[in-house]
Amino acid sequence: MSCMENGLVISHKKLGRDLYEIEFIAPRIAPCCQPGQFVHVKTGGTMDPLLRRPLSLYDVDEKLNSITLLYKVVGKGTELLTKIKVKENINVMGPLGKGFSLGDYKSVLLVGGGVGIAPLIYLARVLRERGCKVTVLYGAARSEELVAFDRLRSIGVELMLATMDGSAGYKGLVTELLYDKINPHDIEFIYTCGPEPMMVAVKDYADKYGIKGEVSLEENMACGVGACLGCARKLKPEDDHYVKVCKDGPVFSMADIK
Amino acid sequence: MTRAENKLNENDLDISVNLGGLILKNPVTVASGTFGYGMEYEDFVDISEIGGVIVKGTTLEPRSGNPIPRIVETPAGMLNAIGLENPGIDVFLRDFLPYLKEKGVTVIANIAGNTIEEYARIAAKIENSEGIAAIELNISCPNVKKGGLQFGTNPDTVKEVVEAVKRETSLPVIPKLSPNVTDIVEIAKAAKAGGADALSMINTLMGMAIDIKNKKPVLANIFGGLSGPAIKPVALRMIYQVYKEVTLPILGGGGILDYKDALEFIMAGATAVSIGTGNFVNPCLALEIVEGIKKYMVQENIKSISELVGAAVIK
Ligand SMILES: Cc1cc2nc3c(=O)[nH]c(=O)nc-3n(C[C@H](O)[C@H](O)[C@H](O)COP(=O)(O)OP(=O)(O)OC[C@H]3O[C@@H](n4cnc5c(N)ncnc54)[C@H](O)[C@@H]3O)c2cc1C
Ligand SMILES: Cc1cc2nc3c(=O)[nH]c(=O)nc-3n(C[C@H](O)[C@H](O)[C@H](O)COP(=O)(O)O)c2cc1C
Ligand code: FES
Repeated sequence: MSCMENGLVISHKKLGRDLYEIEFIAPRIAPCCQPGQFVHVKTGGTMDPLLRRPLSLYDVDEKLNSITLLYKVVGKGTELLTKIKVKENINVMGPLGKGFSLGDYKSVLLVGGGVGIAPLIYLARVLRERGCKVTVLYGAARSEELVAFDRLRSIGVELMLATMDGSAGYKGLVTELLYDKINPHDIEFIYTCGPEPMMVAVKDYADKYGIKGEVSLEENMACGVGACLGCARKLKPEDDHYVKVCKDGPVFSMADIK
Repeated sequence: MTRAENKLNENDLDISVNLGGLILKNPVTVASGTFGYGMEYEDFVDISEIGGVIVKGTTLEPRSGNPIPRIVETPAGMLNAIGLENPGIDVFLRDFLPYLKEKGVTVIANIAGNTIEEYARIAAKIENSEGIAAIELNISCPNVKKGGLQFGTNPDTVKEVVEAVKRETSLPVIPKLSPNVTDIVEIAKAAKAGGADALSMINTLMGMAIDIKNKKPVLANIFGGLSGPAIKPVALRMIYQVYKEVTLPILGGGGILDYKDALEFIMAGATAVSIGTGNFVNPCLALEIVEGIKKYMVQENIKSISELVGAAVIK
């Protein structure tokens, strides 16, 4: 069940250029969360921006009942969010949307680009706790933006990095690592989140080797709960109906998209 | 008498309203297209407590809606061009209505047609089913090519549509007026002449936004309907004007974000109010506004909400 809650902020730090991590206590929301779901965040008390902003669950601490978000400042809402201080409240609705499916896999691959790594961290942790082998390909423009590196290390995943400027790991697109480093026969399922061209390249790879997988999509949202039909999207160009990214997703099967 | 003796208890208050035969337990409704079919918000709020739930605009046939992007935020508001995406009246009556009825929700249907006959046919289908308290006629949707706004901007067609629907139904009929007209009073009078039981106002104001990077309109539909606090002053002005000239109860809305806004609408002449975009900001807003209005009434020693309707209108 989802609800609206004022979360007490217990940590809020800048991790790198334009990237922030915020943790807050949400006793009613935290126990209901699944990887891949999101919260709809009131970034401030202003009328501009007026609407909430969707942010993925970066991690959930079941003992503390806390939720952590990773966000990149790209505009007014995320800029305003940086102003919230420790001990203040953050108003969120959640958990919202349909998260990742957690099949009984032995070995899976996660491909994350930039801030798209956020939902994959929570997912990786949960999968590891279930005893699944997790390989992560993690790409960004440059090494300072690989802010989830330490978390991934502590979760205990097989990690391969890529940066566009070569400042860490492979120099180039993270998807190039797929063909270089991954043996498709070792992978039962692929999860991906990041820029759309990256996710398209991951889907092409998955299709080529007949591997099933899921993607997490983004669309501008107003209500976040399936009421306004603002976040509509056609999964395939030839589809005659729209899905709601907030309610039917944000996670969709790779088989359903094009 | 001392002030303490004078003090009303919240239980003494009468906040129910009569909107042209539609009885609402409190004057706060949620606006069409902003609250889905109610179920979407069930986790957040007891939807049967809301004065009335005006469900998503419904057409005779299913509609897939407009291409995307459909929404964009603007200062103190948003533009939408959803294009009346909905599963059609038959699916609504079969799949959604029974549940809402069972929950005890006061359901107000919002209907739109391509032709006057379509409006009438939808109304007839509603008349033959149980669980709908009133019909709001969307003659003001700016986001569809045929019907919608074109019905709402011409006094003669407004009258005709209302008449056609009234012939098919015994339920209160509430045309929803468009602000995209030169003379709102003329349209309101036409609706009354057609037999309207109440008026709903205002729908969204036509607007647009431009993406300067790509040098093109942001919305795929080019134009969209502006809603949210940005339109509140326009809505208040139009309600005030219509209240003065036309003797029909008004369901007022446009940019309401708190109980003070709601009271402004009531004092401008609205018998009840509708919350739209505000639901996106706070899904519990409708009931919080009911509470706020009650506190205000206790404080000001007002026993019946009807005392406030039109209170600010200068005769
Ligand atoms: C389900 C879901 C989960 C998300 N999870 C996260 C997350 O975990 N962390 C995170 O940082 N973001 C996430 N996002 C994206 C985030 O919601 C947006 O970046 C945010 O709403 C932007 O708000 P703003 O007010 O700062 O920018 P706005 O003022 O709304 O936009 C400013 C500029 O940034 C552009 N912009 C808007 N969104 C994006 C975007 N996603 N990427 C790049 N440019 C954009 C706009 O086109 C505009 O030009 C998620 C989105 C969805 C739909
Ligand atoms: C996303 C969205 C969808 C809407 N859909 C409808 C609709 O289907 N039928 C209708 O009569 N009005 C529709 N409206 C208009 C609202 O019901 C309301 O009249 C308008 O938004 C002004 O109120 P507000 O400023 O409180 O949002 C829609 C508004 C929004 C924002
Ligand atoms: S954001 Fe309203 S339906 Fe998805």
